[in-house]
Amino acid sequence: MSLLSVTNLHAGYGQMTILKGVDMALDAGEIGVIVGPNGAGKSTMLKAIFGMLTISEGSISFDGADVTGIRPEKLAGHKIAFVPQEANVFASLTVQENLEMGAYSRRDAYDGIIDNVYELFPDLKNKRRQPAGELSGGQRQMVAFGRALMIEPKLILLDEPTAGLSPLFMSVIFDRVIAINRTGVTVAMVEQNAKQALAIAHKGFVLANGQNSYTGTGSELLANPDVARSFLGG
Amino acid sequence: MNDFIFFINNGLIAGLIIGSIYALGAVGVTLVFGILRFAHFAHGDIMTMGAFFSLIIAYLLQAAGFHSIFALVFIGMFPAMVITALIAIGFDRVFYKPLREAGARPIVLVMASLGVTLMLQGVIRLFGGVSARNMFIDRPKEIFQFHVPGAHRPIVLTEPEVILFIFTAVTVVALHYFLTRTRLGKAMRAVSDNPDLARITGINTEHVVWATWIIGGALACAAGTLLSMDVALKPDLSWNILLPIFAATIVGGIGQPYGAIAGGFLVGLCESLSVFNWAILLRPIKPLLWFDIPSSLAIVPTQYKLMVPFVILIIVLIYRPTGIFKGRVL
Repeated sequence: MSLLSVTNLHAGYGQMTILKGVDMALDAGEIGVIVGPNGAGKSTMLKAIFGMLTISEGSISFDGADVTGIRPEKLAGHKIAFVPQEANVFASLTVQENLEMGAYSRRDAYDGIIDNVYELFPDLKNKRRQPAGELSGGQRQMVAFGRALMIEPKLILLDEPTAGLSPLFMSVIFDRVIAINRTGVTVAMVEQNAKQALAIAHKGFVLANGQNSYTGTGSELLANPDVARSFLGG
Repeated sequence: MNDFIFFINNGLIAGLIIGSIYALGAVGVTLVFGILRFAHFAHGDIMTMGAFFSLIIAYLLQAAGFHSIFALVFIGMFPAMVITALIAIGFDRVFYKPLREAGARPIVLVMASLGVTLMLQGVIRLFGGVSARNMFIDRPKEIFQFHVPGAHRPIVLTEPEVILFIFTAVTVVALHYFLTRTRLGKAMRAVSDNPDLARITGINTEHVVWATWIIGGALACAAGTLLSMDVALKPDLSWNILLPIFAATIVGGIGQPYGAIAGGFLVGLCESLSVFNWAILLRPIKPLLWFDIPSSLAIVPTQYKLMVPFVILIIVLIYRPTGIFKGRVL
């Protein structure tokens, strides 16, 4: 059975429906990448999973439980973490404090987890007493990841993690996504840089106009000439 | 030298005293502004209400035959702070939370808080009457005099003023510790910084809201009580204090607690130094001057004292709307 299962999802903002019957399934330990043109509903998909907008039809199940329309505050309890595209760190709090806030819902000691995060992102360790707002875009993204990892999530949702970053940092981020995935975390990632993202993906979902367009493994989609022509720049 | 002591008493110390009151009030206002995103106009009347609770508890202690070296009203202040904090949470639950959950715009919450102000004004007058009350019901307040060599005018500090300074200092330290070393304090800073991300992160925003009202309400009660101890308890305490407290909040930066404290002292000192008659300080060098000093060199006449925070507010909003500590622009 899939870890994450989205079935016939219709969702949007208030009266406006953006997703019109989307399906998606991810098995545990996979990296799933959602690509497509602007306005296709990629970010909307993640936000719908995270209970941040109106779901009019369809269902979402995670680890056997129905999480359709569940409030965002409850999702830490289900071990789902979300990294938004913008404003994804507490800028006035230090790096260390951002991580501590990530662990807010935990009742147990989490020093070991903070150490793991600093191992994954060594740059952050030196800057842990600096306010997150003072870091560069790439480093802020790492803080955002780190914060999400503090609940030891089973699934992590990433909304365009490489947006606005230099090509070097892009590779670093994708590299870190693979590293996170290797520790057993399932990843659902929306990406604009479709080519590089699909290269690291187990499953790829192409969305267009709020519906599934192509679905397959990362390499299948990369090899597909239609997909290449439309979204991958040939 | 005597004139310099006069300056210290009536300029400097007076400014620090009213500054401390403004600081204590502004911390509550800035926390509500930053976390709940609206201007809480009822804060001044919560200060008055808190002061009345302190007085009532003092009377109860007196009736029970309680004695202490501390003024009864000061002892009464602490349970009054707890009661005021709980009532503040109650007001939020009854008046503000339903509006928040209905998605009301911040200005609607401001109007609601104006309604709470009017309601409190009426209730306080209904039960407390309209006359001024002396808070020292068991004994007169102590007055401490410090003699400086070279002057026969002493530096004067009254008992409530000493308590106020100590209380403010302790509050500043405790607040700093709370905000930087405790989980809930950091969560408050996080919610103030980015409320959407705080929800996503799994921070319990309900707890943060309670903490905001508890701190705001308790400090408002303390500020109201200590101010009334120094002057007298009047039901209209709030009108004259609301504008300076808001000026202090905005000067310091909305949502910045340290800013609120700095802003409070800034506004307080500007106020007292503006109404201070500087001609008095020039008196010792009068023989050296070739012109006559006018009898009053106050920048602002005393009756127009309220103008000072108003002017400060206008200047800040024009030239630096985010305030000293770069808070939010709402």
